[in-house]
Amino acid sequence: MSTTKEAYYIPDPSPWPIIAALGIFTMLLGVVLWVNDITSMVMWVGLLMLSGLFYGWFGAVISESQSGKYSAKVDISFRQGMFWFIASEVFFFLTFFGCLFYLRTITLPYLGGEGQLGKSNMLWEGFTYTWPVIQLPDATNYVEPKEAMGPWGLPLINTLILLTSGATITWAHWGLQKENRQQLVKGMAMTVGLGVLFLICQAYEYSHAYAELDLQLDSGIYGSTFYMLTGFHGFHVTIGTIMLIVIMLRSMKGHFTPKHHFAFEGVAWYWHFVDVVWVALYIFVYWL
Amino acid sequence: MSSAVTANGHDEAHHHGPPKGIGRWLFSTNHKDIGTMYLFFSLIMLLLGGAMAMLIRAELFMPGLQLLEPDLYNNLVTNHALIMVFGAVMPAGVGLANWMIPMMIGAPDMALPRLNNLSFWLLPMAAIMLVSSMIVPFFPFGGGAVNTGWTLYPPLSVQAGMGMDLVIFTVHILGISSILGSINIITTIVNMRAPDMTWFKLPIFVWAWLFTAFLLILILPVLAGGVTMLLFDRHFGTSFFDAAGGGDPVLFQHLFWFFGHPEVYVLLLPSIGVLGMIIPTFARKPLFGYKPLIFFMGFLAILGMVVWAHHQYTIGMSLNTTTYFMIGTILISIPVGLMLFNFMCTMWRGSMTFETPMLFAISIILMFSFAGVTGVMLAVVPADLQYHDTYFVVAHFHYALIPGSVLGLFAATFYWLPKWTGNMYDEKLGKIFFWWNVISFNITFFPQHFSGLAGMPRRIVDYSGQFVEFNVISSLGAFMFGVSHLLFAYIIIKTIRGGEKAPDKPWEGGQIGTPGLEWTVSSPPPFHTFETPPAVK
Repeated sequence: MSTTKEAYYIPDPSPWPIIAALGIFTMLLGVVLWVNDITSMVMWVGLLMLSGLFYGWFGAVISESQSGKYSAKVDISFRQGMFWFIASEVFFFLTFFGCLFYLRTITLPYLGGEGQLGKSNMLWEGFTYTWPVIQLPDATNYVEPKEAMGPWGLPLINTLILLTSGATITWAHWGLQKENRQQLVKGMAMTVGLGVLFLICQAYEYSHAYAELDLQLDSGIYGSTFYMLTGFHGFHVTIGTIMLIVIMLRSMKGHFTPKHHFAFEGVAWYWHFVDVVWVALYIFVYWL
Repeated sequence: MSSAVTANGHDEAHHHGPPKGIGRWLFSTNHKDIGTMYLFFSLIMLLLGGAMAMLIRAELFMPGLQLLEPDLYNNLVTNHALIMVFGAVMPAGVGLANWMIPMMIGAPDMALPRLNNLSFWLLPMAAIMLVSSMIVPFFPFGGGAVNTGWTLYPPLSVQAGMGMDLVIFTVHILGISSILGSINIITTIVNMRAPDMTWFKLPIFVWAWLFTAFLLILILPVLAGGVTMLLFDRHFGTSFFDAAGGGDPVLFQHLFWFFGHPEVYVLLLPSIGVLGMIIPTFARKPLFGYKPLIFFMGFLAILGMVVWAHHQYTIGMSLNTTTYFMIGTILISIPVGLMLFNFMCTMWRGSMTFETPMLFAISIILMFSFAGVTGVMLAVVPADLQYHDTYFVVAHFHYALIPGSVLGLFAATFYWLPKWTGNMYDEKLGKIFFWWNVISFNITFFPQHFSGLAGMPRRIVDYSGQFVEFNVISSLGAFMFGVSHLLFAYIIIKTIRGGEKAPDKPWEGGQIGTPGLEWTVSSPPPFHTFETPPAVK
């Protein structure tokens, strides 16, 4: 192992971590104030702090990387860190999928009167369970949806968009490995374009669901799970698209070499993760 | 050994000491400084959470309402638990990991030093947010107090006031902190070992933290997801936990305990790792069954993730489900019991001496076994239906968590203080602290087994007159127990300020067992250690 005798890069004391902690604190405190109808200002200040933070901290990391401070061993640390970060994200999404599974196989059949414990159907007599849940046990506090979101049409197009973007980012990676800068930049631009297109379709789908299907956050458990899963996925696509844009700009500036491009690969992993989550979403939320 | 000394000489020749001023702490990228901040933070939280426990015990000294309104009482119960679990024990474990893992494995620092500082500084932010959740109910816009207990069960948590939102985001911040910290620890252990520090040369403490970090990465997102759904139910009209909309309040219980049960092992495993370091040292015998102990810890971690519903036997699960969870839970006593046998066999025919860390270690084995026995009782479904939500449960988990994790952290503090500060602690005071602490702990919690079996419910501000004697004893013990920690803080401060100089190897048996490279550096260690990888003999 030739790398082991190289000194590992330990950064000098840095103001970014504590600014990050303050930014996260401000933003979340702002959300508390916002959801309690006090003020939304603090939340925006927090968001602004965090955007500035990401610009500053990642900027510092990029310039350290460009000046060659990161040995191969540092690169491995980054890779493993990213891997375990994505692992924790996987479990975050598994939580919501697990809830969907639990509600559909245990709670709702009980409410519909199935099984030893639900025999009497005593809470809401006459509630029959079908998925998607259109008729709620008790709709006093909720808006019943007119119909569910089908799997064909826009969701299918969105699936194709994301799967294609997975291919274009791989094509960009090949370009990077072959030192074909033009292919890299083109591939990244296509991936960013597809990401944005996906988000536009998703926004259109949401407005259609709200306006025409009465499918809302407060439409009972179908609406709740639908928006929770697709919403958090959409949030991750947004973050992913921003990261892709940064990588595209860096590619245009001539960053990355065939051997040294962790940032590219980290973002690509993240994008593939978002892709896989969508496929699971398509199957379990839209289709089955 | 000699190679390590030259490595140090090399370090000091090339490197300046710590930066000056407050910036040293605010902007730190040094694992030792960050570890120190973690440890001090957790000591402060221990005293804060302890003060809340004192108020709770003062209220329970007599039946009837004396000091506290019922809502405030329940709020204190909630915050006592959250502060002790998330503020005191977990940060202390991470603090030990920060200090010791890089020194044990011969790494120059944690793998991602800036991320490490972020993990720490999120904690004070979370603490501020948690304390504000206690304060807002006193304002007109604040709504009701958080009176759910640390489990935050809906529908009560959906109805609570603004404090609940603050608690939800406290949990989010703590979750981010722990996940980032765990990513750092795993990456450090996997990537930063000295070239010859192979997996089965790793100190047992490092192994324990590896499993702990895996658990944290897998379970904390689940809690984060659960409380996020709670937030949406509270403010955005979703119906995850409301049966009228097709949801289920029990779903939250599953999510919470899917996190909450492995969390117990998150608190326990670092202390098991500490015992694996201390017992060989003072028995002057190698650790009995090093590889099996690693296997038991891994088995415990995996098993711990699939038994969560034993906290919820009374919710109306099917017979098959409860039977599965009962059997799974009882199975846990196998790896735990075997670990304790590892430690006992290590002591068998050893040349033992009884310094403070060793006294704590032995008392942990005794008292934690006791928690294991009551744990098996609670795992049995028909029995648990009687014990559920009584003081028997309170007694059980305090026996599990105080000996199982807090005393382990005390033992670790005494064991490594000489290395950290360069000074020996006052052995006489240490022993006084040990006896004072352990005896008063037992006076506090032992009677609660009886009041619980007799039917005294937990989380209720008042109780029936028949339980007076047990509660008086318990409260008196609790006051003694609480005050003993001031002595602990005093010993630490006294040791930092001075005392007999500690040699580089303060413990005669320190090299026996599975030490890493921590004893090859000076006491206190230089600001930067192992900037070039050391040789491992």
